[in-house]
Amino acid sequence: MPRPNTYALTWRLPIIVWQLLFFIGPLLFMIAMSFFLVKNYRMIEAFEMKNWVKMFGRNYFWDSYWLTLWLATLSTIVTTLVAFPASFALAFRTSETTRRWAIFLLIIPFFTSYLVRTFSWYTILAESGVINAMLGTIGIDPITMLNTKFGTIVGYMTLTLPLVVVLQTFALANIDRNLVQAARNLGCPPWRTILTVIVPLAKTGLIVAALFCFILSFGDFVAPYYLGGSKPPTLPILIIDTTKSGQQWPRAAVVAVVMMVTLITIAFTAITLAYRKRASA
Amino acid sequence: MSDKILAPNRRDILKYGVAATALSAPFITRANAAPTEINMLAWYGHGEPDMVGEFEEANNVKFNAKYYAGGDNMLGLIAQSPPGTYDIILSDGEFVQQLNEAGYIEEMEPADYPFDDMLYEDFEKFPGHWKDDKLYSMMVRCGHLGVSYNTKSVSEEEAMSYKCFWKPELKGKVGHFDWHLPSLGEMSLYNGNGADLWDLDDDKWEAVQETTMSLRPQVGGFFDYGGTFNSLKNGEMQAMVGIGDWITGVLEKDGAPVASVVPKEGGIQWTESYSIGKDSEKADIVKKFIQYMLSPEGQVKSAQMAAYPGFAITKAGREALIDDNPREAIRTGQVDKMLNDPIRLLKEGRIHYRNIPVQQDLEDWNDFWSEYKNA
Repeated sequence: MPRPNTYALTWRLPIIVWQLLFFIGPLLFMIAMSFFLVKNYRMIEAFEMKNWVKMFGRNYFWDSYWLTLWLATLSTIVTTLVAFPASFALAFRTSETTRRWAIFLLIIPFFTSYLVRTFSWYTILAESGVINAMLGTIGIDPITMLNTKFGTIVGYMTLTLPLVVVLQTFALANIDRNLVQAARNLGCPPWRTILTVIVPLAKTGLIVAALFCFILSFGDFVAPYYLGGSKPPTLPILIIDTTKSGQQWPRAAVVAVVMMVTLITIAFTAITLAYRKRASA
Repeated sequence: MSDKILAPNRRDILKYGVAATALSAPFITRANAAPTEINMLAWYGHGEPDMVGEFEEANNVKFNAKYYAGGDNMLGLIAQSPPGTYDIILSDGEFVQQLNEAGYIEEMEPADYPFDDMLYEDFEKFPGHWKDDKLYSMMVRCGHLGVSYNTKSVSEEEAMSYKCFWKPELKGKVGHFDWHLPSLGEMSLYNGNGADLWDLDDDKWEAVQETTMSLRPQVGGFFDYGGTFNSLKNGEMQAMVGIGDWITGVLEKDGAPVASVVPKEGGIQWTESYSIGKDSEKADIVKKFIQYMLSPEGQVKSAQMAAYPGFAITKAGREALIDDNPREAIRTGQVDKMLNDPIRLLKEGRIHYRNIPVQQDLEDWNDFWSEYKNA
């Protein structure tokens, strides 16, 4: 029987302990909590299915679920498409120095609070805001952008776009330029080179970037509440509503567990897809 | 030398002891001067310097405020904390009874408070604040909920009925303060339930739900305090259900074209009351603070609280407000014989105290609210 490598174990231990303490432990507690009951605003340990039956039996739960899934998917698609040209330019059309500066500038938004960045959109998207003022000068009536799904997507992108550009840039910058060169030398047109050479080569990074975008959007409370007007509410808002009224933490735990299961399923599928090798010819 | 350190004689001990005491004197003085910490559970703003600053300075105390939003949230926070965590609890009037039933608050001595100076007789025996003739909570301020609107798109005449929320021009411009109680209460008033707005049988509850659902196409969003504030300020929302001067008053002072009225169908009164936390070791200083908040000085501060204004509830408090800031007193109708004098509205039966549903569970109302938001 081989002896365990103490040195390797020592270095691996912190992350294992961290995950056990701050992810697996709370996750198990949350699952257990979804079976608890609330009496006089206090949680009572129990093993009852009431919360699951209650939440699954409500139309508003499913409406929120499908809406959240759809908005997060839309955010992922739009962010990925918007980010790609910028990432492509940074990876292939700029010098090493410019790329470093660009990445530094992309990280800067994270220095400020996401909530503050979200509120700053009010001055831009409001009917009396900057965009509508500009449209007004060319005779276009004000467009409602705040408290709409458009507002929510803008908020999601505020959170995710810089991160997706950075991840995509790293993925694209690391692919073998010789393969791109070879495709071009063999007469492959630019768009086809992108689709059949660059994208497949950077597939893992691009999918991971999209996955991060999905995860952050799916769990975000700020954008749908403050820019989407909570109209209708997404799952994170439903969690807040459920805890606010009657302190129904167990029912909120049901929503949270459903969110976790959804995210784990999607993340697992995405990672499988990202690392799947092409079938050899 | 080393022997001397290891085995000091009595003279050395005295010498070094005196020196050490002299050197540590500033620290001892400072330790004596350390302020008494008072843990407060309240709506946002009550523990801020504009409200407690002067009292802290005068009494060498320091308030540690924990803020909540909504009575449920308050009860939950207390339930999840060890007994004695909160020395003073500010709650909405309708939740005092639940605080008392759960044993979270101490009995208070009525003689300690100015009951003979109340502006309205109901305030002396406010519902839920007394049990078996024993006092458990002391009302300190109140305010009204009705129609809040942008004066550029809604006239005062239109705002005098909840019907204005259905005005075609306001489609997508009507906002809700995201709490079912005030919004559904207003819908109940619009349905003509008057004083029975919280006591709805099945048919009336069904009718309130239908009325509320019919408003949904008009609704532009559901907001918390910050969102409500911003959306009214930037004109994104032109009318708001479930709020009153406690939000528009702050904006009005800032020059925004907004106002609040109590419509002809009636308005709702929010009431805030202070209780002494069960097993608090600082009950005496907390009592002194509640007395301070009910003094003319405290009432003036309370009426002009930076976070959200309220009405003075004592005669001396109202007089002090008129002396201190007559403009604000007139703006809020806190002058005898004014048409919008809150006490006059109460006497005319146009104001109803906010309550929790009588015939339904709070959960039913909350469920409907979630359905409504998703509709």
